[in-house]
Amino acid sequence: MFWRVALSIAFAQLANRRRQTLVSVLGVALGVGFFIATSSIMSGSEKDFTQRLVNNAPHITIKDEFRNPTTQPVFLAYPGGAISLVRTKPREYLRGIKNYGAKVEELSQRHGIIAEAALTGQIIVRYANKDVSASVAGIDPAKEKFLTQVESDMREGSLDRLRTTADGIVIGSGMSQKLGLKMDDLATVIAPSGLVKRMKVVGIFHVGNLLLDEGQVYVLLKNAQVLLDKAFIANQIRIKIPNPDDAEAFAAGLEARWGYRAESWQEVNRDILGLFVIRNAITYSIVSAIMIVAAFGIFNIISTVVMEKRRDIAIMMSMGFHALDIQLIFLIQGVLVGILGMLLGWGIGRGLLEAVSTLKFTVPGMTERQGFVLDWSFRPYAIGGLFALTAAIAAAWYPAHKASEVRPVDIIRGAA
Amino acid sequence: MSKTPLVVETRGVTRILQEAVPVTLVRDINLSVRKGEFVSITGPSGSGKSSLLYLLGLLDVPTEGQVLIDGQSTNGLDANALAAIRLRKIGFVFQFHFLLPEFNVLQNIVLPMRRLGVLSEAEMTERGMTLLSGLEMADQAKKNPDQLSGGQRQRVAIARALANDPLILLADEPTGNLDTKNSKIVQDIFTKLVSEQGRTVIAVTHEVEFAAATQRNVHLVDGRIVSDERR
Repeated sequence: MFWRVALSIAFAQLANRRRQTLVSVLGVALGVGFFIATSSIMSGSEKDFTQRLVNNAPHITIKDEFRNPTTQPVFLAYPGGAISLVRTKPREYLRGIKNYGAKVEELSQRHGIIAEAALTGQIIVRYANKDVSASVAGIDPAKEKFLTQVESDMREGSLDRLRTTADGIVIGSGMSQKLGLKMDDLATVIAPSGLVKRMKVVGIFHVGNLLLDEGQVYVLLKNAQVLLDKAFIANQIRIKIPNPDDAEAFAAGLEARWGYRAESWQEVNRDILGLFVIRNAITYSIVSAIMIVAAFGIFNIISTVVMEKRRDIAIMMSMGFHALDIQLIFLIQGVLVGILGMLLGWGIGRGLLEAVSTLKFTVPGMTERQGFVLDWSFRPYAIGGLFALTAAIAAAWYPAHKASEVRPVDIIRGAA
Repeated sequence: MSKTPLVVETRGVTRILQEAVPVTLVRDINLSVRKGEFVSITGPSGSGKSSLLYLLGLLDVPTEGQVLIDGQSTNGLDANALAAIRLRKIGFVFQFHFLLPEFNVLQNIVLPMRRLGVLSEAEMTERGMTLLSGLEMADQAKKNPDQLSGGQRQRVAIARALANDPLILLADEPTGNLDTKNSKIVQDIFTKLVSEQGRTVIAVTHEVEFAAATQRNVHLVDGRIVSDERR
């Protein structure tokens, strides 16, 4: 019941200072609007980037190396012994993952997991008297298309054609342009071992990343084994798991079990993910600054109203209103400004996002003009609204409290 | 006379303002007012008559002594408890009308009823209109206070003071801002409230004519009661 009284008084007092209220509301609204726009650009690009990290590479790559060099047997035999051995080298293993077939087989048995053995190395592709060095990946086309985006980024041909063509090779658009290599052309591939092979272009992909488009080629695993002179050897097991967020724990489990270094996508991209944390901190501090300025606007209007309404406060108190009633009336005014600002800010934010979504610009390293990838979710709106309401209540608190401390006798005596 | 109950009573009330030099507003006031009395408080400016009224209306608390409203002591009550008594039992009319400019006449009158929250919205409106017609102001119900004359505003303020059917009506120079004609109207209203409705009115005034219309006059000088005459 009393809520309606307080609300109607609060409403009426704000309505009487329309211009100042509007300015305060606009202050909050701009804060909320810009927060929504920036945070949705930020989190949109973060999601997009993470998506690319997750999709462009396998979630986990097991490599034919160990995280730490093996301990010398003598140190194992005499732990803490007073021996000094200098210039010992770790034992040299034959590179490659032992028994990779069985490991891939075992992983593939598990639900939702795709595992593929691969062999990577360096080669030179020669065509029309031009050389381009490239990373070669020997893969299984049937699995590779689930592990990375290459298959969906094919401009011509497909990964599957590697299987139907003897000595097929899939190259990137950049390399195709540089060498003038087209579909079905025969390129000369030169391996470090000195082996020279003529391979037929069966696919051209374009992922938009210069490095990959110019310097990555795909062949069948067995062809890579021949080219790199590593028969029956794979140096990677690439794995995709159902939930990319579990990759770190899953990788740790595999590494503990098999000893080989297992890198999750998070581990590989730790620096970039760390950057996101800093970026978010910057976003939030800028928005907090805007909201603090907006809060001063609210503080200003409520303080002015309280100063002007001292007579009304005095008479309401003499009528029998409690100090808390008075405080509530002015708090409500702050919250009203906050709510109006929030609603208007949602509109402004939405409008900014619509405008931003039409922008296109060139990004270094990308071959196509890019637009902002936006996060259209409800989350920035909720956080922005929460910001606004918190700022409004905090700003109105002090003047509202001051209002509740008005002593009616002082005012009435002065007015008489 | 002695059978009617005391509605307000003070016992040795002293109010001292604790400032750099303590100021004594009223000293050792013993005053009791019965239901249905029309009391005027007079005295030169600075004699403490308004201060006494605020003490009677629980807007201020005494430094010493106690104020009893409706037979109950108000000593030691907190601000909220005092406000609750004011809401139910005391109606104030001041020299300045103190109407809320954001609300129309009827809404201003209904405000204390809303705060009390006993009546329904329809009952409040009905009661508000009854109060207004009693003061011949019913046709002004939808107007804003700034559209009214000084005398009309003061009548609205009286209606508002009566909103919750208070036990005591306290008036602080109610005709102080009014011309002779409007002063007469307001004065007549108070007289009628006492004679026709049996209300208790205590009014601070410096106007001889107003004081003469009351049944009892309390005269203050320097914060003390120097005479208390019944007519």
